[in-house]
Amino acid sequence: MSRSTPLRPKRWTFGRITRLLVLSAGAMIMLAPFIWGFSASLKPPAEIWSGSILLWPETFYGIENYTQALTRAPLWLFLINGVLVCIGILFFQVLFAVPCAYALSKTRFAGRTAIFAMVLIGLLIPIHVTAIPLYIAFANLGLLNTYTALIAPFAISVFGIFLFRQFFAAIPDELIAAARVDGFSEWTIVWRVVLPAAWPAVTAFAIFSVTSHWNDLFWPFIVIQSTELAPPPLGVLYFRRDESGVDFGPMMAATMIVTAPLVVAFLLAQRRFIDGITLSGLKG
Amino acid sequence: MADANFAPMLAGAHRARAFGATLSGWGLALPATILMLAMILIPTLVAMLLAVTDYQLGARSIQYIGLGNFAELLNDRVFWRAFNNTLIYTLMTVPTAVLLGLGVALLIEADAFGRGFFRTVYFLPVTALLVAMATVWEFILHSDLGLVNQLLARVFGISGPDWLSDPNHVLSSLAFIFVWQQTGYNMILFLAGLKAIPSDLYSAAKVDGADRAIDRFLMVTWPALGPTMLFVVLITTLYSFRVFDTVAALTQGGPANASNVLLYNIYREGFVYFRTGFASAMTMIFLALILLVALIQIHSFERKEKRS
Repeated sequence: MSRSTPLRPKRWTFGRITRLLVLSAGAMIMLAPFIWGFSASLKPPAEIWSGSILLWPETFYGIENYTQALTRAPLWLFLINGVLVCIGILFFQVLFAVPCAYALSKTRFAGRTAIFAMVLIGLLIPIHVTAIPLYIAFANLGLLNTYTALIAPFAISVFGIFLFRQFFAAIPDELIAAARVDGFSEWTIVWRVVLPAAWPAVTAFAIFSVTSHWNDLFWPFIVIQSTELAPPPLGVLYFRRDESGVDFGPMMAATMIVTAPLVVAFLLAQRRFIDGITLSGLKG
Repeated sequence: MADANFAPMLAGAHRARAFGATLSGWGLALPATILMLAMILIPTLVAMLLAVTDYQLGARSIQYIGLGNFAELLNDRVFWRAFNNTLIYTLMTVPTAVLLGLGVALLIEADAFGRGFFRTVYFLPVTALLVAMATVWEFILHSDLGLVNQLLARVFGISGPDWLSDPNHVLSSLAFIFVWQQTGYNMILFLAGLKAIPSDLYSAAKVDGADRAIDRFLMVTWPALGPTMLFVVLITTLYSFRVFDTVAALTQGGPANASNVLLYNIYREGFVYFRTGFASAMTMIFLALILLVALIQIHSFERKEKRS
């Protein structure tokens, strides 16, 4: 546990070497699909079908595989759909959750407890429980297979309300009182005073929201039928179905392409990502 | 806040202000409240109601059948298979992902060398698109071409099983993929828990004669990690109950329902066969499982509150 001797390199004791070996072995398994998937995405069919265990291809076939992946399925479209849906969801979540959280934490009004009770109940209910009634409703409204169907159920985040409420509670009341004296309306206070003060919470929530909806398969799987509207996870499923597992090279190329954006984003902003994603632990 | 001795005149003004506050409070909360009702609470209620009907999507009639769906569930072998598979899957994943997460966190904290690197590597799967990475795992686990069976054959001369098509292995293979992704997540939660342990506890333990690392672990780390441990166990359990993506992508519940799980069965009954009422009844079972976990969480949280 001691970190006290940075100047003199510590001796390589048995314990330290064992730690390194065990962690490295585990790391290999963690990285295996990234490395092996990337490796296979560069190999020609012959090398894949011979069960080669070489990491680097004997014949470089990367360009062919990636070109095929991009031409056989609209991978860019999947990614764009993912971005649009995630931005849409996040926009509405912030738009609706922030004023509500402010009202719950900084104002006193009749019915406040009832609303907070709704938030707490809502925290317990995942999309899987509401999916059937929502599907029927969207079907009746003719909204199946639309962006609206992908976004609307998540436009409200009770978790967002819960989280923001806690952060807003830490904002000094004097700040808000002063803004009221200055003649700011409650809505102005929400967006101009409270939201900037809670910015760290908003970034963490944004990362949490985007990663969970970027990765969500269940709901798009149910409401989307056309390839043009598929977000990345559903897109991968379509790609798999069309390829029916015969052509591994382009398939691995496709998985690398759709996996890259979030992984790269994570590598660029690790601390924020870890904070944002582990927020979901609070949610459960 | 309100002073009872104030003149009635002021009371009127007070009421007006309270009314104004209620109005603006509701104004701020109203959009969210409407959406909560429309997207979460009313649909949940409707799902409960549908569970006691024979409704099939698109049908013109709907009839109240009481607990008929639940009675049918009791005798539905596919449902039981999915239910049991979900529990078996959870029993496989939770201890593994929790203990591995803890082990990795302890190892990473034990020494400064490579700390940041390993933390990044172990967390990487959490950020990966599960459906895509499951596709790569499927390739790695492929019966002939896969890296695993190739290595088994070349190094040990064993011919490995067909991991994702053999009914005896499919569920554990899916559990493995889950553990692969969940370990890094749990590691981060444990790292946070470890950081919160005051270091003088370790010095005190040393004074008390805990010389070996294992003694310090048993005397300080393990008890101090108690709340984190419970939390990680419950979270991992919840996520295990929700297993869907890997099943939908890799096995579609097969072979012969060997990897069918609750959510996938709900999907199939509700959105493929359109047996809406029946699927809703199954959803209630799923909800009951989730609420059970939540109850444990709330209960333990309240106990902790009382103690502190």
